Amino acid sequence: MSIEARFEINKGDFKLDVDLNIPATGVTSLLGPSGCGKTTLLRAIAGLEKSQAGYLNVAGDIWQNADQFVPPHKRPLGYVFQESSLFAHINVRSNIEYGYRRLAEPERKISLDKAIELSGVGHLLERKPGTLSGGERQRVAIARALAVSPGILLMDEPLAALDAARKQEILPYLESMHDELDIPIIYVSHSTDEVARLADHLVLLDKGKVIAFGATAEMLTRLDLPLARGADAEALIEAVVAGHDDEYSLTYLDFPGGRFTVTQKPLEIGKTVRLRVVARDVSLTLEHQADTSILNIFPVIIDELIPVGSSQLTVRLLANDVPLLSKVTRKSAALLGLETGKKVYAQAKSVALLA
Amino acid sequence: MFNEADLTALAITLKLAGVTTLILLLLGTPLAWWMARSRWRYKFLLEAVVALPLVLPPTVLGFYLLITLGPHGPVGGLMESLGGRPLAFTFTGLVIGSVIYSMPFVIQPLQNAFEAIGRRPLEVAATLRASPLDRFFTVAMPLARPGFLTAAVLGFAHTLGEFGVVLMIGGNIPGETQVVSIAIYDHVEGMEYAHAHWLSAGLLLLSFLMLLTVYGLNRRFRIMQS
Repeated sequence: MSIEARFEINKGDFKLDVDLNIPATGVTSLLGPSGCGKTTLLRAIAGLEKSQAGYLNVAGDIWQNADQFVPPHKRPLGYVFQESSLFAHINVRSNIEYGYRRLAEPERKISLDKAIELSGVGHLLERKPGTLSGGERQRVAIARALAVSPGILLMDEPLAALDAARKQEILPYLESMHDELDIPIIYVSHSTDEVARLADHLVLLDKGKVIAFGATAEMLTRLDLPLARGADAEALIEAVVAGHDDEYSLTYLDFPGGRFTVTQKPLEIGKTVRLRVVARDVSLTLEHQADTSILNIFPVIIDELIPVGSSQLTVRLLANDVPLLSKVTRKSAALLGLETGKKVYAQAKSVALLA
Repeated sequence: MFNEADLTALAITLKLAGVTTLILLLLGTPLAWWMARSRWRYKFLLEAVVALPLVLPPTVLGFYLLITLGPHGPVGGLMESLGGRPLAFTFTGLVIGSVIYSMPFVIQPLQNAFEAIGRRPLEVAATLRASPLDRFFTVAMPLARPGFLTAAVLGFAHTLGEFGVVLMIGGNIPGETQVVSIAIYDHVEGMEYAHAHWLSAGLLLLSFLMLLTVYGLNRRFRIMQS
């Protein structure tokens, strides 16, 4: 099952010209700088933006081709806008029920209760949108979109208008949605952090064109893409909770390249989690250092190196085929004789648990 | 206080204002909606036409209507050939004149209200399975409620005060086309100042109360929304 989208849209100086084939499962993030066309692409998928030439096939249903254009209200989708855009004249409950009421009985696969529960808005139902905080409003907008039992959920930077604290308040709901509902999500973002937490696949856009598409972990560490070259370059690693060490308050997380040791978290054994390892925090040694305070050390093979600026290099490493990034100075690279294919040890000074 | 002729004039005035407002809301809503949403490049022509009665002397408007609706005019002539009466000097003629005369007072507030909503709420409704008509009735109309109230009251109040157009096409037929503003004029001409006072004060009070209602309700609506 996949989503095939071809659009050509001219808006004054800006031209969106994309030809995409993305899986109709999991979270696919459209990532790129502002003005790259990611919102326009999302709107075109929803049918809110008409394209001169277009083709859209969502999991086998033609939504647009040369002969037909299915209007937005006949597309089985949910849309969460950047600003929550709740209907100001009705209360939260009526907002959430608005789309639900317009579904035929058999289309109601997600119950109102489920949509309300997943978004955590049960206590807000009788309030008017004007009395809600930004984070609450956005959660209501998410509940409203879920209540139409969408075949695909389109989200346009749902967290962009919120401060860091509000983002942290919403992200867990998005994650539980991702885990509990089998709905493909297309998520527009300009934040690598959000993408690392949520996205399974990544579409990189720039100036109206798709520059790359692939699995998030792969895309974050591809040295030919801007993500891995930036100061905040990071690798994303999926690991499984292997056990806890109560004596030292630690949790062990296994991934194909070895075992991460992190401060203890109340996680069930066997649960899959995402880890973020920032390139800046990864140093390289030729020998396995025994006399170091760093616990997370893995044997890796150097896959590729590229210069970043005049003094630095970004090194792509493979820990049993799982990519990691490291930033080293050009001088260190020369002293250690780093080159493609060389076996070294990567020391990760810090690891962030994403979910 | 009011004599019988005054009361009849008052009744005709209120009926005229009511019918005119109703017609304008029915015809003006789709037109204002279209004008608020359309990107047609010659839309400004239509906007200028709608605004014309704001600046045109009522006698000019009345004059052209008289020509058109009278027995020798295109509309009046047609009515006559169909076996009807020409529309000049009838209540129907007055309604036609008033609809044109008060048109901007209804259409402009509606257009502004629709424009103020913006596209977003309607796009949201579209992604929530609402058809265009459904979106109009469940999103655009309720959100434009203050605009409707303003439009209705301004249209009504403006028609109440109509003089020039009525004089030109309605004449001054008591019991049929004599409205309050003309009755006042007659009283003054006949030196019946007491009657003129009562009617004038009546219109003043009515107009003021209606405007108070609009501004009061719109203020409450804004507070409710924020």
